[in-house]
Amino acid sequence: MKRPASVSRDRFGRRALAATAIGAAIGGALRRAQADPVVVRVGYLRWLDSRQTISLLDKPPPDNGVAGARLAMNDNDTTGRFMNQAFELSDAPVHPDDDPGAILNSLAGQGTKLVLTDLPADRLLKLADAAQPDQLVLFNIAAPDDALRQEDCRNNVIHVAPSRAMLADALAQYLVWKKWSRWVLVYGSHPQDTLLSAAYRRAAKRFGARIVQEREFKDTGGARQTDSGVVQTQQQMPVFTQGLPDYDVLVTADENGVFADYLPYRTWDARPVVGSAGLRPASWDPTSESWGGTQLQDRFVRVAHRRMTPLDMQAWTACRMIGEAASRTASSDSAKIMQDIKSAGFGVAAYKGQKLSLRNWDWQLRQPILLSDGRTVVSISPQPGFLHQVTELDTLGFDRPETKCKLQ
Amino acid sequence: MRWAVFGLFLAVAPTTASAYTAYVTNERDNTVSVVDLDQMKTVKTVQVGQRPRGITMTKDGSQILVCASDDDTIQIIDAATLRIIGDLPSGPDPETFALHVSGNPLYVSNEDDNMITVIDVPARKVLAQIPTGVEPEGMAVSPDGQTIVNTSETTNMAHFLDYQTRKLAAAVLVDARPRVAMFKHDGSEVWISSELGGTVSVIDPVKHVVTHKIAFEVQGLRAETIQPVGIRFSGDDSTAFVALGPANRVAVIDTKTYKVKKLLLVGQRVWQMAFTPDQKYLLTTNGLSNDISVIDVGDLSVVKSIQVGRLPWGVVVSPK
Repeated sequence: MKRPASVSRDRFGRRALAATAIGAAIGGALRRAQADPVVVRVGYLRWLDSRQTISLLDKPPPDNGVAGARLAMNDNDTTGRFMNQAFELSDAPVHPDDDPGAILNSLAGQGTKLVLTDLPADRLLKLADAAQPDQLVLFNIAAPDDALRQEDCRNNVIHVAPSRAMLADALAQYLVWKKWSRWVLVYGSHPQDTLLSAAYRRAAKRFGARIVQEREFKDTGGARQTDSGVVQTQQQMPVFTQGLPDYDVLVTADENGVFADYLPYRTWDARPVVGSAGLRPASWDPTSESWGGTQLQDRFVRVAHRRMTPLDMQAWTACRMIGEAASRTASSDSAKIMQDIKSAGFGVAAYKGQKLSLRNWDWQLRQPILLSDGRTVVSISPQPGFLHQVTELDTLGFDRPETKCKLQ
Repeated sequence: MRWAVFGLFLAVAPTTASAYTAYVTNERDNTVSVVDLDQMKTVKTVQVGQRPRGITMTKDGSQILVCASDDDTIQIIDAATLRIIGDLPSGPDPETFALHVSGNPLYVSNEDDNMITVIDVPARKVLAQIPTGVEPEGMAVSPDGQTIVNTSETTNMAHFLDYQTRKLAAAVLVDARPRVAMFKHDGSEVWISSELGGTVSVIDPVKHVVTHKIAFEVQGLRAETIQPVGIRFSGDDSTAFVALGPANRVAVIDTKTYKVKKLLLVGQRVWQMAFTPDQKYLLTTNGLSNDISVIDVGDLSVVKSIQVGRLPWGVVVSPK
């Protein structure tokens, strides 16, 4: 991917609209709108690390995430016309060799104090610690690491992305509801796979499933898509899954897309594959139509000319949280906006059938998790029957009594 | 078969002078169920366009208007023959609409387009398109015909438009995902239901401020399952009925005290409602149980469930 030379800024709405009939109709009617609109600035630190995928369909589009942020800023700006607020997104690409701290500082220098990031956990944590003195707030829209919500939690990091524990719990509840409770866990050899398999072990224990055997699939490198690879894969995968004890479902932990997508239809025994392939847990699915989702999907396709990914949704949700707080507080002041987002009554609507709110012990966004086979949404967790004294959404991930987070 | 059923309907209708007919859109079936309220059963099913949602009738009761959302049109059904006789240029994805009190024009919310389309119904022509908030939904016209109210689901506002100028007079912030706007018959208040906020905001339509906020509580149910949608006022404005969605209840509210005085258990995911013209019955569409509930307004009890198609959404009762 070509790297843009500097931070680019998308200005949504105000100036362009002012001259149109739309702007005139509204501006003329609302006295407050006659003054210059107050600008709410949001940044987006965009990680430019490319990764391989097994399926061509899974290749991340170049504007993955930022397209969701743009749509939300459009939506915010439509609302902003009635509030005399305008929303401005600064898209700041971050190459793995870059110093994200310097880019963050340059955003802060322009008055952007609310910043979305899709950086990996280690970089995010460094940024959060560097950002604190400047009162910058980071919205983690990608890193699923539970450590960021536990021992490494920070008061200036809001987690919009679901954690690995939330995703694993959402899948586990469905498997237990389905009475597929004997699992084989296959995990990859990358550090993320170790963390994800830990989340599945925890989920099995919590919801009464049993892991009858575990196997590691070593990443030996090499290209994933080769035009004759299909022959080898067809022979390799049955052998890899041979000789397992009796089981119901194969759970895969493969965050880097090394092997999981090769498993469906190729296991030794005829068993469904879930987790990183087959039935997958995610914050969003391009096919979700429930609770008005069709409207969002249509709006997204119209501006992005492609389908909406989970990262797009996480970026959309983060920007909508900011927009919602800006209209509730009638303010562009980041401190006031954050105070509202962190308050008990705050909630954002995100096409999930209920308001999403923040857990005040680790600043994780509570959310239903969709389970999709890539064609349709198969189910949505939490599943019926998994009860909780406060909200069923807190049956996913680390609940208040389990938290190791000490917010300061 | 179609003719046999139709014949039965015709044969029954004239014998019962007080019989009303209700029309229910079935979002999942692409049909409208015709319900005879004397027999209390579905007597005919009419094929319509895709994803039918909003439904109303012309003032004289001769035509039924149906939003066929996925066909981007409003279909006109002749109430006597139940044939589709034309359509209205609704703009994209029409969800709901409201007729002006004079019988014309029709105000349509275009959910995908952040627009309200104003349509001259007899001429079948677009008179104007008015920009509004994100995902426009509820539409209401004040009893004096001078104010149009529209709700926007993602902007979370009630937008007040002037009838004459078609310009925005005010935008009032309400709780999350406002769905339905409904004026009291005396025009003194407009009520807005917020599906995800779980509340009803009472707005003074002159001062454009929220004067009361009504919250709901159902024993044994979590707050997030209480999602207010449909609103209806009794003829004398003394009582309001609010459909609570997946809480499967209709709340009966004293409009003087704004207190819930009774909760009526109806079908699953209760959505929209309509009175019979004599105000004897209130009908509710129950999306997940594929039926409508009939509420006896006099003694506030649910007297009947009538099966309709899949995912019933809207309901209108013929004024005849």
